[in-house]
Amino acid sequence: MERILRILEENARISLEDLAAMTGRTVQEVARQLDIWQAGHVINGYRALIDWDKVETPRVQAIIELRVSPKRDCGFDEIAATIARFDEVDSVFLMSGGYDLSLVLSGKSFQDIALFVAKRLSPLDDVLSTATHFVLRTYKKDGVLYGLEPADERELL
Amino acid sequence: MDYEKLISAGARAMRPSGIRKFFDIAAQIEGCISLGVGEPDFKTPWTIRDAGIRSLEKGRTWYTANAGLAELRQEICTYLARRMGLSYEPAETLVTVGGSEAIDLIVRTLINPGDEVIIPEPCFVCYDPITTLTGGVPVPVALRREDDFRLRADALAAAITPKTKLLIFPFPANPTGAVMRKEDLEPIAEVLRGTDIIVLADEIYAELTYGGRHVSIASLPGMKERTVLVSGFSKTYAMTGWRLGYACGPREVIGVMTKVHQSAVMCAPTTSQYAAVAALRRCDADIEAMRAEYDMRRRMLVSRLNGMGLACFEPQGAFYAFPSIEGTGLSSEEFCEGLLRSQRVAVVPGSAFGASGEGHVRISYSYSVGYLDEALRRIERFLQEIP
Repeated sequence: MERILRILEENARISLEDLAAMTGRTVQEVARQLDIWQAGHVINGYRALIDWDKVETPRVQAIIELRVSPKRDCGFDEIAATIARFDEVDSVFLMSGGYDLSLVLSGKSFQDIALFVAKRLSPLDDVLSTATHFVLRTYKKDGVLYGLEPADERELL
Repeated sequence: MDYEKLISAGARAMRPSGIRKFFDIAAQIEGCISLGVGEPDFKTPWTIRDAGIRSLEKGRTWYTANAGLAELRQEICTYLARRMGLSYEPAETLVTVGGSEAIDLIVRTLINPGDEVIIPEPCFVCYDPITTLTGGVPVPVALRREDDFRLRADALAAAITPKTKLLIFPFPANPTGAVMRKEDLEPIAEVLRGTDIIVLADEIYAELTYGGRHVSIASLPGMKERTVLVSGFSKTYAMTGWRLGYACGPREVIGVMTKVHQSAVMCAPTTSQYAAVAALRRCDADIEAMRAEYDMRRRMLVSRLNGMGLACFEPQGAFYAFPSIEGTGLSSEEFCEGLLRSQRVAVVPGSAFGASGEGHVRISYSYSVGYLDEALRRIERFLQEIP
């Protein structure tokens, strides 16, 4: 069954019929399994992989390293949950190593992101320091090459 | 100069590849997507590429022994024992420039003008022209869909004459995806035992079977001595461009093939040979991963083709489906040309693989699922256009 997840991770638009054929199951079995995964938040959504560099509407991304003070009862969970609720924040990860939380943010401009960090993030009581790294160009994301389309270079014999 | 006159009769008589014509048209059509390619879409596993690079870094850029690196021949024998249950020695093994060279060598080593070569069709396009080039006589035996494109012992027996020298035995098969199971091989072996007919067992797709392990005809009692096995690295390890294959057989035959090989090409590419040693030693897991991926695509392709009314025999080997297009009322060439011009999808007409391939087309699934999906949508639209 896990094979279904791997197929979907690569191509979420695949039909139930194809999924069933590829894994040797019935359409009903596959549909039921997807329902279970969706209900259990194993599958948390299906979205397109967009190369925003090719779209006129500007979009800026940044990765922010955050050092925070953990709380006695709930460690990093409370501050992480607070930050995760901001719409501007795409991802929040608890990290090992030199800092505590890694955020991925997106906004319309560099200034947007800078203001968000200065006005919303830094003032939070538990945030000790921030370091903002702007994404200049995406080469590969979620296993997909951007701007480097893997053209089929096989020649027809 | 009248070049037409200068060309040898044998070369002139060679049947041109029927695949060629469609690829020439396809190349001129903008936005054309092809399901025609007969090679893996995977890259050669990194372990193998790295071994090739390391051999270059170490400056191993000389010829190898004519028969191939001793180390590689030993690994080939070990591999055939481990995965195919076959017992060969390095002295019975010749490393060649792809499986194609091995086929050429076997035919040239064994065939005198007038000797007959039995070729089960539809099949890969090289056997007939190479036979013709050597002055041999191709004797096609039609494989039938109702037999799952397997060779039947009675059809084989009917094709044998006192002039029969060689049986081409290409399973798992390109273009049909047919396999010969152990129970199908035994009656064939029974026909051949006691004859002087050599079997050219082209087993280049041996690792790409779905549902059961490949059984080599050479593993049957009394067959090793009358079989020359051809295999290679192209399909199993996604190494087509490395041009590396091998032949195993009776040392008397392999010895003469080595002599021909020595005069024709000296030795197979050295870098490729070092890379192949790594492939045989360390890449069983890569084979399984690629096969699992092909298997998923195969299931999807066959299910979709049957769903749109192109009756498709279930291929159990290689990476091709061979659906019937007879229901459309078109010949396989008409179908392919129509599909190409109307929906810009290139597939290969079954007739390119011999007369008995008519009524079918070959569709390769060495493409990503997303790409296959788009091609299948287009094929379906094309079917709806046919009155």
